[in-house]
Amino acid sequence: MQLIQLSDWLLDIAFLLYVISSIVFVVAMTGKNWAGRDPKQHEQRYGRIAYWLAVVGFLAQTGYVVARWVGGGHSPTSNMFEFMAFLDYCIILAYLIIYRIYKLNVIGAFVLPLGVIMLAYSYVFPKEVTPLIPSLQSYWLHIHVTTAALGEGILAVGFAAGLMYLIRTVPQHVSARSTKWLEFVLAVVLMLVGFILMESTFARMDHKTIFEMNKEQMNPVGTMEKVRVEYTMPAIVAPADSKIVQAGPMNPWFAAPSWMEGKDAARKLNTMLWSVITGVILYGGLRLIFRKRLGALIQPSVEGIEPDLLDEISYRAISIGYPVFTLGALIFAMIWAQEAWGRFWGWDPKEVWALIVWLFYSAYLHLRLSRGWIGAKSAWMSVIGFVIILITLVVVNLVIAGLHSYAGV
Amino acid sequence: MDQRKCECGHTNPVGTLLCESCGKPLNVEVYEQTAFPDMRYEGMARRSQTYTKKWIDRIWNYFSSVKIAIGIIIVILVASAVGTIFPQQQYIPVPVPTEADVARFYTDTYGVLGTVYYGLGFHNLYSSWWFVTLLVLLGTSLVICSLDRVIPLYKALSKPRLNQHKSFLKGQKLFAEGELAPDVDQAELLDSSALALKKKGYRIFRAERAIMAEKGRFSRWGPYVNHIGLILFLIGVLMRNIPGFYMDEFVWVREGQTVAIPDTPYYIKSENYHTEYWSEEEMPAKLELNGGVIPKSFQTDAILYVNKNAEVPGKKPDLIEVQKGPIIVNHPMMEGDLAIYQSGVQEMQLGALNFVLVDVKQGNKELGPIKIDLYNPAAEQEIAAGIKVRVLDYFPDFVMGKDGKPATQTNLPKNPMVALEIVDESTNQNEKLVYLQGSVLTQKSDGRFGLVFKKPDLIDISGLNVRIDKAVPLIYFGAFIFMIGVVMGFFWQHRRVWVQTQEGTVLLAAHTNKNWFGLRREVDGLVEQLKLPVTVEEKTKA
Repeated sequence: MQLIQLSDWLLDIAFLLYVISSIVFVVAMTGKNWAGRDPKQHEQRYGRIAYWLAVVGFLAQTGYVVARWVGGGHSPTSNMFEFMAFLDYCIILAYLIIYRIYKLNVIGAFVLPLGVIMLAYSYVFPKEVTPLIPSLQSYWLHIHVTTAALGEGILAVGFAAGLMYLIRTVPQHVSARSTKWLEFVLAVVLMLVGFILMESTFARMDHKTIFEMNKEQMNPVGTMEKVRVEYTMPAIVAPADSKIVQAGPMNPWFAAPSWMEGKDAARKLNTMLWSVITGVILYGGLRLIFRKRLGALIQPSVEGIEPDLLDEISYRAISIGYPVFTLGALIFAMIWAQEAWGRFWGWDPKEVWALIVWLFYSAYLHLRLSRGWIGAKSAWMSVIGFVIILITLVVVNLVIAGLHSYAGV
Repeated sequence: MDQRKCECGHTNPVGTLLCESCGKPLNVEVYEQTAFPDMRYEGMARRSQTYTKKWIDRIWNYFSSVKIAIGIIIVILVASAVGTIFPQQQYIPVPVPTEADVARFYTDTYGVLGTVYYGLGFHNLYSSWWFVTLLVLLGTSLVICSLDRVIPLYKALSKPRLNQHKSFLKGQKLFAEGELAPDVDQAELLDSSALALKKKGYRIFRAERAIMAEKGRFSRWGPYVNHIGLILFLIGVLMRNIPGFYMDEFVWVREGQTVAIPDTPYYIKSENYHTEYWSEEEMPAKLELNGGVIPKSFQTDAILYVNKNAEVPGKKPDLIEVQKGPIIVNHPMMEGDLAIYQSGVQEMQLGALNFVLVDVKQGNKELGPIKIDLYNPAAEQEIAAGIKVRVLDYFPDFVMGKDGKPATQTNLPKNPMVALEIVDESTNQNEKLVYLQGSVLTQKSDGRFGLVFKKPDLIDISGLNVRIDKAVPLIYFGAFIFMIGVVMGFFWQHRRVWVQTQEGTVLLAAHTNKNWFGLRREVDGLVEQLKLPVTVEEKTKA
């Protein structure tokens, strides 16, 4: 019990350190053009501080992993909160490894904010330590999930470097297809931020809206009762064929289509709408304040970096992450599935999406090695690849039900 | 002059781009990087680039194209994603016994989109002929792509490229050239270069005026090794279609029951089934479960028998115990190739009805207990001296048929109806009683016999999945080879550095298949250490 309390504190400390580290990285990148400074010295100095903050944060998170593992009795990879926090841990670990190879501070200016977003995202899920259900009681839980997360973490660094390459190289003096797509990618990142902001704000405010659906379900006591759906966010969209039991801060504008009849389908749609709206507002606000494309806003801070080096780092991360991902998310997964369910492959949605990630990066590698897709094309693919990973981790668990779905938001 | 004959005197096979001996580009006078052949296959003749006439060449060339392979990968990727939009038939959460139920499920649940999805056959997408065809095409492409490249590459790499033509060196991405001071001893310069590179872990090949330093050549085999792994994997998957290689059966076993496992000489008995739940003290943290519970284990204590008479048709089974033990989720019972998995349960099902027979006329005097085994009711049982109970009729899952006659919906005792006859041989009295839905109907209003209900026997029924998959070792082996291949190919690089002297100039060139950043660092280090009078230029390939 005390260990779990300790692990919570350690994770909070890690989160705080990652936030500070991100800010210092931004200062390192943007402050080099401030008056009266030697740009190189400034970047080096603040980059180093930020790097060490990240290292200390990583150590704190290591403490969290160990404490929760010992306190909970199993590796902290058994539900969405634990998994997302562990994935975040792997992203930071991959960054530290890549840093040791290339000694390029500024990768952190992109990876650390990504780490902050992922960790904040994990906080959205229920944090309690639950005992393992029978199907999860296997040492493969530790091996399969940790290796898969490590692979995905390394691929995420490939994404961060790819995104940096695009921001560095996409010409910002004219509006083109590439600038629009780059803005779209940045807007999607802001939607994820928007989701975290909304979710954590409303979780604290207790403005619940409760709906009752026109269908029945057995409760734990064994009697039938009408299905109730609880929204923490204000309702834009109501569940299909339902009535309000407890009114929230606003009346829903419309009802979900009737085929979305899953208990949580409408709530997820509502959450998604809020994320998109908040993301768009954040994006629009930034555009209004700075009066230029976000790509153009960030570009000066990455100006000094050799694009070839970014391309190389992105590719290197993907070529290291790909085998690790294959081992963890496909091979170990197959061995476990064979042991638990008697078949190594069953076309479960999660399995299929792991295969899709693998096929996508296989295509990336063939295009790069055999068709000479380097630079911009390769960078775009690293971005798309990470989007597919996010679909696998988030959408499949929360939207498509399957053997892998955990309790979700 | 024969195009294949290089000016160095070597005769190359048709289709060669770089002379096998001296490395000079053939066919064209190229000195520019843009026109310099790609180094991936060392400028060797590849079958697909050489022969195009016959139909077999066309097929070969089609499948040897990486572009086609990527196309197939993308199509499989998109098709796989489409298969996850709605659940596949096997994952439909409600029972759908007939094809019509399946169709109705998609229409009712997902509307028009669901109807279209079902209509296109996407509910069984991964076993559809076209999806399987795509996988076969990918396998074909894997084999042909690999063969088309690996043979020429093997020939090229087994003969180190030493003493290359200047145009070969100049064609490399990293190239440097510089005038040597007249007093420099060229042989000594090459010696010290060799020594410096050797210290970096390179293997040195030396000629009179040239050295070639090489390391990590084996990483060039990585792609082919991993493709072999994939081919083995796919062969393993296909092998499951051979009769006897793959079996997938599901049996329900009641506690105390022994059932035959179809298509095998084995029988399985369930001695006991139990579900364990996590107690609150065991939980690492307090949870709000609202009266719910979290299961800890699902376990069937089973005995596996083999039938000695399995070979003899019609002969009575002679069962011999081969294994006894628990079957738990994640811990199947293994017997040779056979694996038995705990994969379902129906708990607290009616197993037997218990009554006490009473004599109403004697103030409900107890005559004796009656047990009606709902799976195998005894035709007659003696309750007390001279008093017998006969089962006249039994409907495990009672319904009143349309013709007004009683019938059973299934053969599971979900709603049992039993008609009993009680015979007292001493008085030659007999009475009929019917049990249905928790009450007893008597024949006469003032009958002598009555039934008092006792707690029925409740049993658990284990769902056991029985599988044989003889291809699994090959599939794992293929996966293992694949991993070796990708690790070889991605965690190591093939690096080569050439240093040559020609009439007062020194030429330096380097090539790697990946991580130019690392190679550049090594070459810069070499130039600095030996104080070579050159500046390295790194060309970016268009």
